[in-house]
Amino acid sequence: MESFTRIEAVAVPIDIINCDTDQIIPARFLRHLPDDGGYENYLFHDLRFSKDGAAVPEFVFNQARYAGARIFVADLNWGCGSSRENAVYALVANNITCVIAPSFGDIHFSNCMKHGVLPVVLPRAVCDAMRADLHRTEGATIAVDLAAQTVVGPDGTEHSFEIGAFDKHRMLNGLDEIAMTREYDTEFDAFERKHAQAYNWL
Amino acid sequence: MAGQTLFDKVWEHHVITERDDGQTLLYVDRHLCHDGSFNGFKRLRAAGRNVRRPQQTYATPDHYTPTHTSSIDALEDPRAREIVRAIDVNAADFGMHIFPWGDPRQGIAHVVGPEQGITLPGLVMVCGDSHTSTHGALGCLAFGIGASEVAHVLATQSLWQKRPQRMRITVDGELGFGVTAKDIILAIIRKIGAAGGTGYAIEYAGSAIRGLSIEARLTLCNMTIEAGSRTGMVAPDETTISYMRGRPYAPSGEKWEQALAFWRSLPSDSDAVFDREVYLDAADIAPMITWGNSPEDAVRVNEALPDPQLESDPDRRAAMAAAFKYMDLQPGMSMQDVGVDKVFIGACTNSRIEDLRAAAAVAQGRQAVVPTLVVPGSGLVKAQAEAEGLDQIFIDAGFEWRLPGCSMCVGMNGDLLQAGERSASTSNRNFKGRQGLGSRTHLVSPAMAAAAAVAGRFTDVRTLAKD
Repeated sequence: MESFTRIEAVAVPIDIINCDTDQIIPARFLRHLPDDGGYENYLFHDLRFSKDGAAVPEFVFNQARYAGARIFVADLNWGCGSSRENAVYALVANNITCVIAPSFGDIHFSNCMKHGVLPVVLPRAVCDAMRADLHRTEGATIAVDLAAQTVVGPDGTEHSFEIGAFDKHRMLNGLDEIAMTREYDTEFDAFERKHAQAYNWL
Repeated sequence: MAGQTLFDKVWEHHVITERDDGQTLLYVDRHLCHDGSFNGFKRLRAAGRNVRRPQQTYATPDHYTPTHTSSIDALEDPRAREIVRAIDVNAADFGMHIFPWGDPRQGIAHVVGPEQGITLPGLVMVCGDSHTSTHGALGCLAFGIGASEVAHVLATQSLWQKRPQRMRITVDGELGFGVTAKDIILAIIRKIGAAGGTGYAIEYAGSAIRGLSIEARLTLCNMTIEAGSRTGMVAPDETTISYMRGRPYAPSGEKWEQALAFWRSLPSDSDAVFDREVYLDAADIAPMITWGNSPEDAVRVNEALPDPQLESDPDRRAAMAAAFKYMDLQPGMSMQDVGVDKVFIGACTNSRIEDLRAAAAVAQGRQAVVPTLVVPGSGLVKAQAEAEGLDQIFIDAGFEWRLPGCSMCVGMNGDLLQAGERSASTSNRNFKGRQGLGSRTHLVSPAMAAAAAVAGRFTDVRTLAKD
């Protein structure tokens, strides 16, 4: 897995409440995996492109002023809906490695961390203000530091965010979760013996 | 010390280890896979790992399977054919249980699990699909996971989880005529919002819930994820026990007696404390219909559509305006003045035998005026419906009787709406483009969907039934 330490980059304001993973990547693309190529175009595909394939100029992610962005600042319930991990592949294919939002769909939140994409929860008022700044000031950047657990917004204000110690350690070091879990094999074996008795009916 | 909730009891029975930061390694009793899980298997193989407990892993294809023909070769896209067949190869290579395409037990994973007794009270179950919340109807802890987590469960039979908070949603009183579990859950989502359940494990309780059949409880728990919660549960009771009895993968003989004693210990203690309590009066719930692009955008069938101008939150006001534009509707109008282009009766929400009976009761003696698909949830549901003559009722009414699968809920198999078309759908998501690029989805119960099919517009099924 890719590690995440610190980034400072242009950020894109995504003003969509309940932006479900069907919007992030429509179902018809799920049969393809990143190795097949094309993922950079799947992100927000039906919002970004019209039926004839032309880029929709009004859609924020198409605007040149946000070129080189690595961060999204979103609204309530980002990534709700379908468990499709392909939504994260589409972010990664576009170099988006951090999403800041007031709340996330739980499954998408977990999926992000499996691919070095840091989901950051900040209060709604903070996210609203950041998105307003990003609309107002061309080239505005945000700095995200995982070790320090801080976000510095476009206006220079520093905000702290929460992350579990385990997830933080794994993301900072880009560790493979399966290998980490297998370090608990002794506990697993002991548990299975105990569980077989407690669930003797299974 | 306060008593324990149903959720706490099941959770604590599955803790392998807990880290200082609260991350818990949770044991998975049974893992359901489907054709869409191909990605998880690919990850497993790439990591050079094996399935740790193949006998606790069950698979059936559902997302990409055709509904109009039994021939996989008829799927146009070679990649779709490859995906449907990959599950057979994975099952054979790793030694998992499989209900393959063509097996009478094949169907939607969330229909097959309960039907086969794979789903049991007190278990921890996962599946690489967000609607895994469905299985909580039987009193287990079941939740959807992503592809990396699928690979993790395959390789380790466990999952790292942070313990959620607990929410109890109590629905007391008697449901009115024509009001179903679908209407209850849409009313709940409207009340608490599409993110209202985020971070919570929900328990559904109250006299109206206890009065529901297991199939209705499955519908209820299915859409828990649309309220933001990964898991919704109903305490096992005598209804649960009589449903479980004799199912192929449920315990039998002496083990059945042991299971009963265990299951009866699971309901929340009377002094259990929940972090949040929500109450609804069953008498206030009417047949519901969604108008927008989030399941929280629901109205009673006889209620005017809301006015964004009355919404004080500017972001929400913008979201409502965008939904009205996308759905080509106006504030204040009645959904009963809106025509439909296609009707879909099926999906893990509403494709069980009771759902089909409810739709057939409306269809009988009437004629569909728009294309209408009926897609049973499994081969066994299909066979049962045919034994009862429901297929003939549907065919006589001009409905199409199809083969089991996820079908038009998500359209991965090609069952889609055309751009701009409007559906009455018994599925669970009304997101933009969910049923195809430019599609407009309205979520309703099976009876309401059948009513829309014969009227060609949204109709209060209670009025139709009186005719």
